[in-house]
Amino acid sequence: LGKKEIDQELFDELEEALIAADVGPAFTSELIEKMTDSVKRKELDSPERLKEVLRSTMKTLLKKNEAPLVIPEKQIFTILVVGVNGTGKTTTIGKLANQFKEEGRTVAMVAADTFRAAAIEQLEIWSQRVGVPLIKQKQDSDPSAVVFDAITAAKSGKAEVLIIDTAGRLHTQVNLMEEMKKMKRIMGRELPGAPHEVLLVLDATTGQNAVNQAKMFTDAVGVTGIVLTKLDGTSKGGVILRIAQEYNIPIRYIGIGEGLDDLREFNSEEFVEALFEQGNH
Amino acid sequence: MFENLAEKLEGVFKRLKGRGRLDEENIKEALKEIRMALLEADVNFKVVKDFIEEVRSRAVGQEVLESITPGQQIVKIVHDRLVELLGGTSSQLRFGSRFPAPIMLVGLQGCGKTTTAVKLAKVLAKGGKRAGLVSADVYRPAAMEQLRVMAQKIGAPAFNADSSQDPVKICVQAVEEAKRNGYEVLILDTAGRLAIDTQMMEELKQIKNAVNPSEILFVADAMTGQDAVNVAAKFNELLGIDGVIMTKMDGDARGGAALSLKAVMGKPIKYVGIGEKIDALEVFHPERMASRILGM
Ligand SMILES: Nc1nc2c(ncn2[C@@H]2O[C@H](COP(=O)(O)OP(=O)(O)OP(=O)(O)O)[C@@H](O)[C@H]2O)c(=O)[nH]1
Ligand SMILES: Nc1nc2c(ncn2[C@@H]2O[C@H](COP(=O)(O)OP(=O)(O)OP(=O)(O)O)[C@@H](O)[C@H]2O)c(=O)[nH]1
Ligand SMILES: [K+]
Ligand SMILES: [Mg+2]
Ligand SMILES: [Mg+2]
Repeated sequence: LGKKEIDQELFDELEEALIAADVGPAFTSELIEKMTDSVKRKELDSPERLKEVLRSTMKTLLKKNEAPLVIPEKQIFTILVVGVNGTGKTTTIGKLANQFKEEGRTVAMVAADTFRAAAIEQLEIWSQRVGVPLIKQKQDSDPSAVVFDAITAAKSGKAEVLIIDTAGRLHTQVNLMEEMKKMKRIMGRELPGAPHEVLLVLDATTGQNAVNQAKMFTDAVGVTGIVLTKLDGTSKGGVILRIAQEYNIPIRYIGIGEGLDDLREFNSEEFVEALFEQGNH
Repeated sequence: MFENLAEKLEGVFKRLKGRGRLDEENIKEALKEIRMALLEADVNFKVVKDFIEEVRSRAVGQEVLESITPGQQIVKIVHDRLVELLGGTSSQLRFGSRFPAPIMLVGLQGCGKTTTAVKLAKVLAKGGKRAGLVSADVYRPAAMEQLRVMAQKIGAPAFNADSSQDPVKICVQAVEEAKRNGYEVLILDTAGRLAIDTQMMEELKQIKNAVNPSEILFVADAMTGQDAVNVAAKFNELLGIDGVIMTKMDGDARGGAALSLKAVMGKPIKYVGIGEKIDALEVFHPERMASRILGM
């Protein structure tokens, strides 16, 4: 830090920072090579300048994926929330519903995780906190049937925005991925254009496996947006850079806590700055 | 994938001269590939660094065995070293002589503590130990209900508390009840928390002081990335942990976090979670884990 010359030590330091932030070895090498080339071409002459260029390269990449969710007025808008186990889907739904409600929309939550113990009760508590209706069936019922009910309710004017909670599933579980595809199919059949948004919830503590998650959920149900949760922790969520580069999926929101208000729009500028912050907090 | 690494390394050696002996020069490229593979598997950066140095010093000077190609030989060295690092300490749970022996599960949000608590009760019951369960999670909506429903499924007794109570008191009362009922083990499920949340970490310390657990187990998600060691080290520093349970190993995560935690803290990995079902908990096998990290 505060070095005058660009040397191997500087590159090693940057490499360590990127890898520690979960950017991943391959993409880190790519970024470092880019910088090395620029130095060779004498485009960069000081460590400060080099770091600046590295940051702005990352910001530019993420900026392309910075796209807040826009929900059109006066029509039914359905959001299918998916992801692997424990990433924060249900909690994020509570936060989203709260935000949309504050914006004056009529929202309903849909309990299509009929599998995990007390998943319905968990969402029910969130629906009470936010003050929006919950559409549910019994434990272990067919999630597609719950979604069907929800769309029927929305068509009859009960809600404009439907946010659908699904059971956590690993992207490698073929049966469960098929079940999710079926939910999507039923939605499209009952309401052309539905689901309008397929939100993939990724946990910022996840390492390189998040790339597989993004790929396989996208292949299965066409992910249209990402929420990156748990950024209030010490993990930096750098794997999102690799996902942004490879899949170009809009990053809608970040989660920064367990409370109702702990949701923010994704901001590439702030994200990259935080990624280089030492020690966090 | 293991084949891929071995093949990649063969490719590396083919390009190099002097194949009779492994020396600094001809294993340099190979080590680069191994380093990439480990980082891709989420093994912690610093752990990888030390690991590569060790493999280098073990490999250099070795004759390339006639029966084996240099790439395979390196992979064998790497694999053996991984197994060594992952294994060692016995993975048995210690119960001590108290009834009940409290076992406390701690970790980040959503890593799988509640599910693992019930799985563990089942494993213990199979081994003839009567284990009770209690949730000290008064924060996450329906956390207590989640434990209750799962416990009921396997007929394990779950202590009845509600989320208006104090977590420390809940645990103390549960221990007393477990004692009255003659349970040999009491599994304490705690709320997920960040290691940097001082207040919440203080709560764990208070629970620990109140019940004096025979084991504190850190539950870690197999998909976690580079920060896993920092988090676990912080839990260990503030609370002291006796072992690790790795969850969600049924997916395709390579689980480099497992190696990292073992290497940095020296705490044994006792069990691995391999599914959402209550019987999806297995004893940890260093051999399998090593192969997995290398993508075998
Ligand atoms: N610190 C922190 N914790 C979070 C955040 N979002 C969710 N959590 C916590 O993560 C845990 C899991 O959250 P859930 O919403 O139940 O996750 P899920 O994806 O619905 O889980 P499954 O339905 O079991 O797959 C809970 O303890 C949440 O309180 C966040 O942004 N920050
Ligand atoms: N596939 C798979 N899922 C698991 C495993 N262990 C837990 N889960 C799932 O992971 C999610 C989170 O598990 P929980 O037991 O609720 O995690 P927790 O640590 O208690 O979460 P908090 O109390 O919110 O901190 C649930 O969907 C579980 O079904 C496992 O080994 N494999
Ligand atoms: K962070
Ligand atoms: Mg959920
Ligand atoms: Mg829990």
